Amino acid sequence: MARTLAEKVWAAHVVRHGEGEPDLLYIDLHLVHEVTSPQAFDGLRVTGRGVRRPDLTLATEDHNVPTINIDQPIADPISRAQVDALRANCAEFGVPLYALGSIEQGIVHVVGPQLGLTQPGMTVVCGDSHTSTHGAFGALAFGIGTSEVEHVLATQTLPLKPFKTMAITVDGELPVGVSAKDLTLAIIAKIGTGGGQGYVLEYRGSAIRGLSMEGRMTLCNMSIEAGARAGMVAPDETTFEYVKGRVHAPVGSEWDEAQTYWRTLPSDADAVFDAEVFIDATTLSPYVTWGTNPGQGLPLSASIPAPESAGDEVERGAIERALEYMDLVPGTPLREIPIDTVFIGSCTNGRIEDLRVVAEVLRGRQVADSVRMLIVPGSVRVKLQAETEGLDTVFLAAGADWREAGCSMCLAMNPDKLAPGERSASTSNRNFEGRQGPGGRTHLVSPAVAAATAVVGTLAAPADLPKL
Amino acid sequence: MDAFTTHTGTAVPLRRSNVDTDQIIPAEYLKRITRTGFEDGLFASWRKDPEFVLNQPHHAGATILVAGPDFGTGSSREHAVWALQNYGFKVVISSRFADIFRGNSGKGGLLTAEVPQETVEALWELIAEDPAAEVTVDLDKQQIRSGNLVADFAVDGYVRWRLMAGLDDIGITLQSVDAITDFEKQRPGFTPTTI
Ligand code: SF4
Repeated sequence: MARTLAEKVWAAHVVRHGEGEPDLLYIDLHLVHEVTSPQAFDGLRVTGRGVRRPDLTLATEDHNVPTINIDQPIADPISRAQVDALRANCAEFGVPLYALGSIEQGIVHVVGPQLGLTQPGMTVVCGDSHTSTHGAFGALAFGIGTSEVEHVLATQTLPLKPFKTMAITVDGELPVGVSAKDLTLAIIAKIGTGGGQGYVLEYRGSAIRGLSMEGRMTLCNMSIEAGARAGMVAPDETTFEYVKGRVHAPVGSEWDEAQTYWRTLPSDADAVFDAEVFIDATTLSPYVTWGTNPGQGLPLSASIPAPESAGDEVERGAIERALEYMDLVPGTPLREIPIDTVFIGSCTNGRIEDLRVVAEVLRGRQVADSVRMLIVPGSVRVKLQAETEGLDTVFLAAGADWREAGCSMCLAMNPDKLAPGERSASTSNRNFEGRQGPGGRTHLVSPAVAAATAVVGTLAAPADLPKL
Repeated sequence: MDAFTTHTGTAVPLRRSNVDTDQIIPAEYLKRITRTGFEDGLFASWRKDPEFVLNQPHHAGATILVAGPDFGTGSSREHAVWALQNYGFKVVISSRFADIFRGNSGKGGLLTAEVPQETVEALWELIAEDPAAEVTVDLDKQQIRSGNLVADFAVDGYVRWRLMAGLDDIGITLQSVDAITDFEKQRPGFTPTTI
């Protein structure tokens, strides 16, 4: 029977199948960080269980580590307690850990692919919803809760009910200045934050094949914001090229064997998806969010919508609430919204390619006086690479702040926060109320839009900037 | 985990849609390393408003939350379930739950009862008339009852069985430890290890 990519990966990992029961699925890679793991390790201790496969588990510190003065003890006592707990737990249970100060430290979803640990056809889980990022490699990757973290630690498996599949076909070429981030915001605006509920999304079509691995990761990363459990892209030459030669990539005859297998993974031509969405890439333009969920986005050229434009009462209420929280007036052109803080970073857009885009816009330009700009690389390796390329010099010359690796202002668990009422243009993935600090207001944007916004002081695209 | 068959208590209306987990428990509360004590963070930013429904004295002690559609969207944090439970909730009723939240709830022993939006509205009305009205959630019959209202709810069959048996997930899986070991023997040699 013809099968989709997701179905093939699923089938290859079923340990136990019983009628009317969830399948027991084997997990190839379990990523761990300091925030969602302490209670899981605590549970193991209480029940006297161990970690079944420390060699398929990897921990890193990212969510609440500081991005300055990292050689000093973490000032916040609770953050320090979580980081200390992770270190103690990893030592006790034999789990490898890349701690603050390690050259391999960084955001868990940047570190996995970077080390070559994320490969096509794998099952990857982490106690973090943006685990969907790894789907860019044709892996089935999804976020889990803390008791599932405990379950995977103890058994290396998870009981799961099969997902439905949705094909999101994006054909045509993305116009110049339109990135994977704009595409994902456009998709979520189209299908809604609940549109992907219960589905694994498979992104396909010529526009997707044309994306770099970084772009595919951005896209899969935000699948969760459409309500989906996971997002996937079928592995192809771009994928193999990216994986090849990385620390944990197969070598020699194993590389050949792996590649032969990976080539069998793409969805069969006659595979049937439970739902299909089509998008014409050529119609897209830079997208920004104006509201308090990632589905409340519009092209940058649009204006703040009026609640009256809503299809129903519930949506109308949602728009009203969002406008009130965001302190925005219907009819205001998005380009006229002044921004206080620009944040570049996160597992959505904190990779080297994103930093290159930002540097290209900032080169020879200045961050507006009214704006503070924070650039936080996704990992230490990304930071070093950026510095090798001299990008840090461009950032500093433009007046931006260049930080150490971590999640930072994506979720504001460390000191990098918005003040109440402050407004940001952020390359992260969530514009929920208070996500970047209590009372903070977030506009989700692409790296290019973020950089142009930093220069202009209001939401802007690079095309709006005077030529140098 | 305690077995769950039927629960009777008072209910709180949460007349909002798309209640995401950042609202249920804001990130600043996630830093604890234990499983208890999250009740202070539940709906923390909304609770600063004295008018917020959980701050109404007549809803004190409620154990059933009746929410608008798309409850529990956003981050996968299980703390959202713990916060609701630590606060005293045993059941959340909504017309639609986010997948991860629903999964986390089943595992933690919090019942997510899915009903048509009309039932939610009917419950909201009923609670508005009498905040002290007792609501019974019968997991065995998959039925919500209060006064004249009798409504069915949907819940995943497996989750229902587990809740009713009060079974721990890991224990169930470890009954299949031989199958796991066999599976491991045939995993391809090229799959990576982290060490
Ligand atoms: S960068 Fe943001 S979304 Fe990504 S793992 Fe960190 S906190 Fe989560």
